[in-house]
Amino acid sequence: MTGFLTLFFKELLRFWKVSFQTVVAPMVSTLLYLLIFYHILEERIEIYPGVAYTLFLIPGLVMMAVIQNAFANSSSSVIQSKISGNIVFILLSPLSYRAIFCAYVLASIVRGLLVGLGVYLVTLIFFEAPLQLPIWALLFVILGSAMLGALGLIAGIWSDKFDQLAAFQNFIILPLTFLSGVFYTVHSLPMGWQYLSHLNPFFYMIDGFRYGFLGVSDISPYISLLVVTLCLAVLSTLAIYMLKSGYKLRT
Amino acid sequence: MLPAIEVQQVRKCYGALCALTDIDLTIYSGEFFALLGPNGAGKTTLISIIAGLALADSGLVKVMGFDVIRQYQQSRRNLGVVPQELVYDPFFSVREILKIQSGYYGISDNDAWIDEILERLDLASKADANMRALSGGMKRRVLVAQALVHKPPVIILDEPTAGVDVELRQTLWAFIRQLNRDGHTIILTTHYLEEAETLCNRVAVLKAGKLIALDTTNNLVGKMTDGNVLRLKLDPDVVPPGLQALQISHAHGVAELRIENFEQVETIIAAMRAARIHIVEMQLQQPDLEDVFVHLLSNHRKDDA
Repeated sequence: MTGFLTLFFKELLRFWKVSFQTVVAPMVSTLLYLLIFYHILEERIEIYPGVAYTLFLIPGLVMMAVIQNAFANSSSSVIQSKISGNIVFILLSPLSYRAIFCAYVLASIVRGLLVGLGVYLVTLIFFEAPLQLPIWALLFVILGSAMLGALGLIAGIWSDKFDQLAAFQNFIILPLTFLSGVFYTVHSLPMGWQYLSHLNPFFYMIDGFRYGFLGVSDISPYISLLVVTLCLAVLSTLAIYMLKSGYKLRT
Repeated sequence: MLPAIEVQQVRKCYGALCALTDIDLTIYSGEFFALLGPNGAGKTTLISIIAGLALADSGLVKVMGFDVIRQYQQSRRNLGVVPQELVYDPFFSVREILKIQSGYYGISDNDAWIDEILERLDLASKADANMRALSGGMKRRVLVAQALVHKPPVIILDEPTAGVDVELRQTLWAFIRQLNRDGHTIILTTHYLEEAETLCNRVAVLKAGKLIALDTTNNLVGKMTDGNVLRLKLDPDVVPPGLQALQISHAHGVAELRIENFEQVETIIAAMRAARIHIVEMQLQQPDLEDVFVHLLSNHRKDDA
């Protein structure tokens, strides 16, 4: 247990020591998105009856920040350790594979939660956006950041260089995030795109979180919960398998 | 004696290139053991396999009786490794690093031992400095400290003195000798053969992934019967005909004679006196591990050919 806690705290310290870059910067960029879209679109679109566009956008942006930061935390930690070589200290230690996995993912959840909470609190200064069902919202933040934490671990282990990780981020994480309904409801899309959107696991995270936020969503939150949990299970199994087999870690 | 490290039939290939072929090696508890070999001989690969940083294609490796694959947690708990590369985590200070490292091994309160290691390695004044601010030699000592936080019975040092200045090297070896006296098994690789010769009781020599020698340091050096050389400065600078057979070289006013045993020195002096040749300077060179090493590697090369 001590081994796991040590690695977990080390991972927290790692991002906390550079919190301006890892917590404050994402809050600022999310807020910029919000202010820009608010000025352009607020008067023109009403997504759900009685729900203004900004109110619809806030949970999307909060969840986007959560997702991106949870992924960034585990992936950048692993790739930095791999490239600088200090990953040997973890590989030499008697830490179990599950302990390593849990420590990285839990640290990702904490960073996701912190950034998400930060973004939300700042939006409250400008907009009135109460949480309707906080338990549901929290559940999706935790599951979503755990899922991205696991995916970050996989991407970090798989990448040999920073540009491979950047490619993972630019060609997988970013498109899946932008096409998941952060900025729009998928119901506004043509049928073909709607169908495709439902294949995107990120859609369920955003929609589920939006349910917790607004009390309304595109699909049932139970379906979202099921999909997100399944994805988390699959990614966790893969990440633990990679750690156990020593894929790209133990030559 | 209890084996600290057992390596049985270990093979490791990267594609067509085999870094290690069928290595068998047992290192006993309490030994001070040197693993020697030219660059690319497979020393680091073997150490990595013992430490679990690399996976062998076949064969069995145990640390203090624990299989490095099936009982990896116990085997790693018994092992401290000082890696060859100067790796460090730039986010933390020396003390933080050592506390974190202790935590990985499940030790939560380790301050007394950490202070002692810092003291012994002459790092106490740098305890709160960030790793980035340390010189190469200091970073190397932090690596040694990291390998010791959990007081492992077996310690492996891969080129621990590379880039460390003479004075620090002495401090480091004094500390490691002390650890060996306290019962720790020490395994090291080094390019400084005189270090291996003075410190280690047993030596293994690797070449191109094969074990070409494994014996006590004394036996290896003792086998070098043709290694004793008498260096003479003579006046006049002539070697008497009766001694020509022993001559290895004669240049720049120095004659080198090969001797099989020390009684021969007497014969040589007598022969010089008889020929009225005055001995200005005399030096006896005995074989050292370096000669053994060169001899082994060149013989092995002949065998290959």
